[in-house]
Order: sequence, then structure tokens, then C-alpha cells
Amino acid sequence: MDHLLVAENVSKQFGNFTALNNISISIPRQSIFGLLGPNGAGKTTFLRIVNQITMPDTGKVYLDGKPLHPDDIAHIGYLPEERGLYKSMKVGEQALYLARLKGLSKAEAKERLNYWFKRLEIEGWWDKRIQELSKGMAQKVQFVITVLHNPKLLIFDEPFSGFDPVNANLIKDEILHLKEEGATILFSTHRMESVEELCDYIALIHKSNKLIDGKLTDIKKEYKSNTFEVGLDAIDEVTLKRELEDRYSIGVAKFKSINEDLKLSIKLKDEETSNELIQFLLSRGKINHFVEVIPSVNDIFIKTVTQNA
Amino acid sequence: MRNLRLIINREYSARVRNKTFIVMTFLSPIIFVVMVLLIAYLSMLNSTDQKIIGIFDETGIFTNEFKDGEQVQYIYFNNSNLENARQKVLDNEYFGLIHIAKIGDGPNSSTEVGFLGNDTPGFGTIESIEKTISDKLTRQQLINKGIDVSEIDAARAKVNVEIQNFSGERSSKMSNYIKMFFGGAAGYLLMMFIIIYGNMVMRSVIEEKTNRIIEIIVSSVKPFQLLLGKILGTSLAGITQFTVWVILGTVLLWSVSSFLGIDPLAAQTPSTEMINEMARPELNQLVVDILKLPYASLLVFFLIYFIGGYFLYSAIYAAIGAAVDSETDTQQFMFPIIIPLILGIYVGFFSVVENPHGTVSTIFSMIPLTSPIVMLMRIPFGVPWYEISISIIILIATNFAILWLSAKIYRVGILMYGKKPSYKELYKWLKY
Repeated sequence: MDHLLVAENVSKQFGNFTALNNISISIPRQSIFGLLGPNGAGKTTFLRIVNQITMPDTGKVYLDGKPLHPDDIAHIGYLPEERGLYKSMKVGEQALYLARLKGLSKAEAKERLNYWFKRLEIEGWWDKRIQELSKGMAQKVQFVITVLHNPKLLIFDEPFSGFDPVNANLIKDEILHLKEEGATILFSTHRMESVEELCDYIALIHKSNKLIDGKLTDIKKEYKSNTFEVGLDAIDEVTLKRELEDRYSIGVAKFKSINEDLKLSIKLKDEETSNELIQFLLSRGKINHFVEVIPSVNDIFIKTVTQNA
Repeated sequence: MRNLRLIINREYSARVRNKTFIVMTFLSPIIFVVMVLLIAYLSMLNSTDQKIIGIFDETGIFTNEFKDGEQVQYIYFNNSNLENARQKVLDNEYFGLIHIAKIGDGPNSSTEVGFLGNDTPGFGTIESIEKTISDKLTRQQLINKGIDVSEIDAARAKVNVEIQNFSGERSSKMSNYIKMFFGGAAGYLLMMFIIIYGNMVMRSVIEEKTNRIIEIIVSSVKPFQLLLGKILGTSLAGITQFTVWVILGTVLLWSVSSFLGIDPLAAQTPSTEMINEMARPELNQLVVDILKLPYASLLVFFLIYFIGGYFLYSAIYAAIGAAVDSETDTQQFMFPIIIPLILGIYVGFFSVVENPHGTVSTIFSMIPLTSPIVMLMRIPFGVPWYEISISIIILIATNFAILWLSAKIYRVGILMYGKKPSYKELYKWLKY
């Protein structure tokens, strides 16, 4: 597969503390890659290494197949978790300054700023000082600054923190739009619902080690337990339950339904298929609900982290 | 390079557009001029205020011995008694009364002098009174012993030490003061500049840290570039401020003083009496000396030490700024900055003036933290070129070392939040 960013065996120590232990991650081109992990797992250190703010002790990072070079910062847009702007500087001036530091010419930066300010409907802010803006408004400006120089690789550390739901949605749409246009996005978060919505690939880092890595759908397949939720208008509930208990391990399922059904979660053995279960159930009553239980990212996260605690 | 220019630009305009900076730039010369004029005015008031001192002389030998001066006028009360004289002095609100009492009679008589007054007379006044009386008494006693006073006067030798070096160049006795003035002014200016603008660098680092913009910037530029740009931009702002101060101060002082007719120089230069006392050739020699100071090399060395010293301290200030979360945490780190600066000034004003080429002066003009100040003070007295070169080389080498160390602390510190920094912690950062 074609990868934009490849990190090979990256390790980083701060004194006696190991921040990253032999981490290898490959990010496919034009995908959204979620870097997950509890607080202090080493996510930010990894992002800083990709941004060449910190140097790894060992290991290599490749961008576009070539080892990372100082000039590559022009191809990377970074929205750090600890972010802010010069309080007393005007929005426009500040954005121009930061864009020019990324290598844009003044005229080019101005043109693109106008485009983005219009797109996010913040044209009127050019001459405002940051201290006059609310936190969410400042975040919007920051987002623009991050994407302004059309980087190949966009790195967002907790991009949605500080946004109200409306703006969070707006930013989410912009991120998806940027991906459409060819950008590769690496983002780090512990808000699992946004991972669920956005990410194609994920990696989970816990206590400086990578625990899971891969395509989100593959990971989910790997983590599912061949369990099905069933809502059934049973002919004889008691007999059915006994019969089921003999063949499978069952539990009580909780889902919403308009019918007053018998709600069960049924775990099949590995070699069994859903068809066999349906076949069995067909003669025992009317099936109103039949769904395979697919673990959420949240479940996977919690399960993995607690297992390795 | 392009980024460095952008950073310098931003730092410069951020400093220069700051409201406090603008107010200080334009207010300081005004305050300065007002102060100078006030001092000049007050010293003028002082000199016109003539004191009147009464003299009650029981011996009768001091008549016309006390000469009226610019500051003092003497009035004799010889034809009355002490009580009357006292009353008159009180009634007329004179400054005081000198009472010269005669004890005993004939050749064994002695004299006792007292001063009556509400205020203690100045040191100079007392000295002049004592000198007048003792001179007169000495003469009187010499005459009494039958010695010809006029011959003693004729035999009195007047000595004026002429100072010249081995190549025969003369110099004035005052020239040491002039050299001290130039050196002292340069050293003092440097210290002020370091404290004011070094602090500005530090605050600007802290600002970036507390604003949390630092990580966005270091994802675009190397921390070292940012550090360098910050120091350069701030020093340019400082130079701008200094230039405005000098120009505005001079113009203001000149125009206001010519408008009010006050001579501000009168407040600083020795009084006319002192100049009159100095022999004319001495004064000429002084002017020659002032003109003869090596201005070109003085200026070059001033710039070298100024830049070297300022950079050295700014780098330390920046590292401190990076290490802390807020300005209140900086106190513990101020000590190592302020101590060498003050030490430099002290060594300069005490040791260099006394012995410009002594061991203490020489050593402190080599230690890089004090050398900019101490060497600047020594240079007007003439320092061998090899000493200057060694000192400059040490200064430059230390600059690189400190800049390198600071950059390391800076690089780690700017991304470190919520850690109470200690020297131990900083040492650990150096190894990251």
C-alpha cells in the first residue's frame, strides 16, 4: 500500500521516562488515521517527532518515502493540543505571519486567507485582536492557520476540544473535505465517537507501546466475538431459553424495541455461523430483531487498556 | 534566513507597538529633562542665596581678614558686647555668629573660636573660617617671635605636578576623571540596557509560553531561530528607544533650557570658582585630553562589548523565560544575572578608578559575565591590545557556549508546562 508517513521503530526517552517504545506506524495516503491512547501514553511526543519539534532517540520517520527533512515542515500542518495565538496581535496579521513562516509568500498567504475566511464565514475578523475573540472563535482561526499552506499531511491533536457542537461539525466536514482533496490526516484524540465517524485507520498507544494498529474495519472484525442480539416473539420462552442455554452462551440484551420481545444476546462458537442460529430460531417464534454485536472503538479502547494496565 | 527575518520583524513591531513601550519612549526624555532642569534650577537658587554671618572679635586682629564670597557675607560687630551682637544676629535673621574669644593677656594669650547659629554651617564654611583664623594666628605668632613674615612668604614654594608619559605627552590631572566618566557611562549604559531589554526578551518568551502559541511556531521554525530572532528583534527595539531618547532628550533639553535661560551644564560641571582656581594651562590641557581620547577605538570596543554582553545576558534571560510558567517564578533565577552585573559596576567604580591595570581589574575584565562592563571602564585608560583580544575571545566563546546551553533549555522548556523548575530540573533538561 502507498504510505505517506512511515515511522520505523521510533523510541524516545526523557531522562528515565520512556515516552515512546519502539513505535512503528504507517499512514496510508489520503486516509484519516486516528492515534488513540489514554492521557500520557506518548501521543503528543509522537506528533512532535513527526513535526521535528523533538528528535527521536532511535528510529526513523519517512515522509513520502524520504527521511524527514527540515524543509518538510512546509508540507505538514500541525494543530497542537496546547494551542493559542498572540493575544495582542490582529487576526489577519497573525495569520499572515504564521503562514509566511511556513514558506508562503505574502500575496499567496493573503489570497488563501481570504478564501478560508470566506469559507468559514469569518471575513469580518481580519482586524480584530485575538483577545476580543471567544475561545471557539480563536480555534477557528487556528484551524485556518493549520490548513492554509495546503499541506500533504495534516496533524490535529484533539481538534474538537473547545468547539461547540455546531462548529465541531463544521470542522469535521472541513476535515473530510480536505481528505477528499488529497490530504492525509493524522489525528489524536480520546473522543471515541469522532474516531468512529472519521477514521479509516487507527493505532492505539498505551504506556509508550503500540497495542493495536490497522484498518478500523479489520480491527473491529478481529475484536467481534461472534455475538448476536436477538429480539424474539417466542412461542415458548422457557423452553427456548433452556434449549439456547444448552447450545450457546446467552445473556440479557438491552436495546430499544417497539415490541415486547424476549431480548437476548447469544454468543456463538467460533465455527458456527449466524445462519445456523437463524435457522434454529425460525421455528421457535417471530424474529423481530437480529443484529451482530460489533464492538465500538470505545469498547476496544477500554478493553485493551484495562487488559494491559 | 527568511524565517529569521520574519521573526525579527514581528518581535520588533510587537515591542515597538506596545503601549507601555511607546509611553516610556516619549515620557522618559521628558521626565529626564524636567529632572535636570529642576536640579539646575535648585542649584541656581542655592547659589544666589547669600548667607550673612556676624563676627564678634574680641581680639581685634581679624578685622578685614574675612573676605566676602559668593556664598557668604561677613559683618563685624566690634563695637559692642557679645549679648548685643547675638541679639542683632537673631533680629536680622543672619545665618550665625562667629565668636572669637580672647583668653588671658599679653604674649601668653590664646584664642577660642565658637560658632552660634540655628543651623550647623556647611563643611566648606567651617573649613574656610578655621583656615582664615589659623593663618592669621600663625602669622601673628611668627611676628611676635620676631620672624620676618615677608621672607617666609618669599620662600614659600609653589608646586604643581605635571603629568606626562614616557613619550613626552602631557596630560591633565583631570583627565583621569574624564576617562572615568566615559568608561563609567559606557559600563552603566550597558548594564541598564541588559536589565531593561533582557527582561523584555524574557517576558516575550513567557508570553509565548502562556499564550500557548509556542508549539505552533516551533512546528514551523527551529527554536534556536526563534530565540535568535527574539533577541535581535528586541535589541533593535531597544536601540530604537535609545535613539529616540538621545535625540528627544537633547532637543528638549536644549530648547527648554534656552527658552528658560537655565544652563543645565551648571548642574553637572564644577563651579566657575573651581575652574578659575585651576591654572589656565591646566584647563587647556584638559580640553586637549578630551579631544585626544581614542574615540574611534572606544566606539568600536563599545559596540563589541555592548553586543557581546547584551547577547550573553539575553540568552540567559530567554532560558529563564522558557523554564518558568509565569513571571513570578523568575525570582530565584534573577540572582545569577544581577550579581555579576552589580559586581562589574562595583569593580569598575572602585577598583578600576583606583588602579585600572591592577590584578582585580584585569581579572574581572576577563571574566565574561563582568568583562563587558569592567573592560569598557578600563579601555579609556589604555589597555594593551593582547588583553583586549583575550577578553573578547573569551567573551565570544562564552557567548557561543551560553547560547548553545540556553537553546537547549529553551527547546525543552517552552514545551514544558506546570513544572516548577529548579536548577536540578534545568540540568536534566540539558541532557534531553
